[in-house]
Amino acid sequence: MAKPRVEPTHNTRRENFYATQIDSKHITHSLFQTHRIRKPLSDIHANHMYIDPHIHMVSRTTDDYARMAAAGCVAVTEPAFWAGFDRSSAAGFHDYFRQLTESEPRRAAAYGIAHHAWICINPKEAEDHGFAREVMSMIPDFLSRPNVLGVGEIGLNRNSKTELAVFEEHLEIAARHNSLVLIHTPHLEDKLKGTRLILDAIAAHGKINPARILVDHVEEHTVRMVLERGMWAGMTLYPDTKCTAARAVDIMEMHGTERIWINSAGDWGHSDPLAVPKAVVTMRARGHTAADIHKISFDNPRAFLSQSGNFSVNAPRPTIS
Amino acid sequence: MTTPAGTPPLDRKTLIDLGFIDARAKVLDIAAFLDRLDRAPGADAPTDFRVEAIRAALLIALDAGPTRAERILKSWSDPTTEPVSHADGKAARGAHPQHKA
Repeated sequence: MAKPRVEPTHNTRRENFYATQIDSKHITHSLFQTHRIRKPLSDIHANHMYIDPHIHMVSRTTDDYARMAAAGCVAVTEPAFWAGFDRSSAAGFHDYFRQLTESEPRRAAAYGIAHHAWICINPKEAEDHGFAREVMSMIPDFLSRPNVLGVGEIGLNRNSKTELAVFEEHLEIAARHNSLVLIHTPHLEDKLKGTRLILDAIAAHGKINPARILVDHVEEHTVRMVLERGMWAGMTLYPDTKCTAARAVDIMEMHGTERIWINSAGDWGHSDPLAVPKAVVTMRARGHTAADIHKISFDNPRAFLSQSGNFSVNAPRPTIS
Repeated sequence: MTTPAGTPPLDRKTLIDLGFIDARAKVLDIAAFLDRLDRAPGADAPTDFRVEAIRAALLIALDAGPTRAERILKSWSDPTTEPVSHADGKAARGAHPQHKA
């Protein structure tokens, strides 16, 4: 096959655009005619570091860690969430919190990935208020563990009164312990109403600096209200129920790159642990600069997460357990 | 000159080259989904609000106004403002029965 004609150019955007069209022969051919490159693909793609700030690695295989590391992942943060079934006792949560703070960091470190956790009872299991309080009573002990960043992912699921009460109690725990907060916003038709309820509850509580709160799973209809209140916004890259990579890039184009990040929220459901590096490919294809790509996939999550002294992009030395 | 907020780095023609095949496939999938429902037993049953939500969203997608994606998401959203007394199951359905076009 003939090699691409190489001519000097300073148009990095178009170089990157060309470079990412490797899965569409037609478009590659079209662009090849009009956009000239001066770097081989391997140079353009090599050594991109990223952070996946929301992923549920307890649901993923060790092979996923290997693939993420190969794609450039250096750190993950893992919020406590629903296991796909309701746990039958608070002791089940205690074991889960130990998994998040003892076992999972070791598994990640084997691939050079720094692992961090958030602790809470997720809103899907918060409808029993007494049970939720029993679980919440364990949170303070875990907040002092070395890989824990704060309280999360708290929030609402179906926007019920009990979910809201449990959310407010989580906020109080975070305020008392000066913890960062990671918030889950509801799914699909419940998201708009739930996001408004969450933001109003935070404002009414009033004890946590908005800059220490990240509201996750924003979409086109909720991102503006989050950013306007001074909080951080997370865009979750899901195949069908949250943001696709293309829409996440649209949102970035419309709302800028300040206080916003992308994550895979990879879990046991329909999700992709490589969604962040794939979104990076989409950003390149859409002509975004290397600086903007680095900001949204690395600098921004590092800036927010570093407000906790426990965050680091340097994984501890792997240990054999 | 400062680029207006919301302006993509790529021009319209390049974005069409980049996204047309994907959009074409998605339009066909929606059409085929509606065809499938028409062929299925039970086609004379009352209309499902979720299908109506999709039909209403398609009208938004075709209008000339801005922020179509945002308006479609809002049209599918629960229009109420107060917390519900109890969670009605764990899973959302994708559109609210009281959705508005």
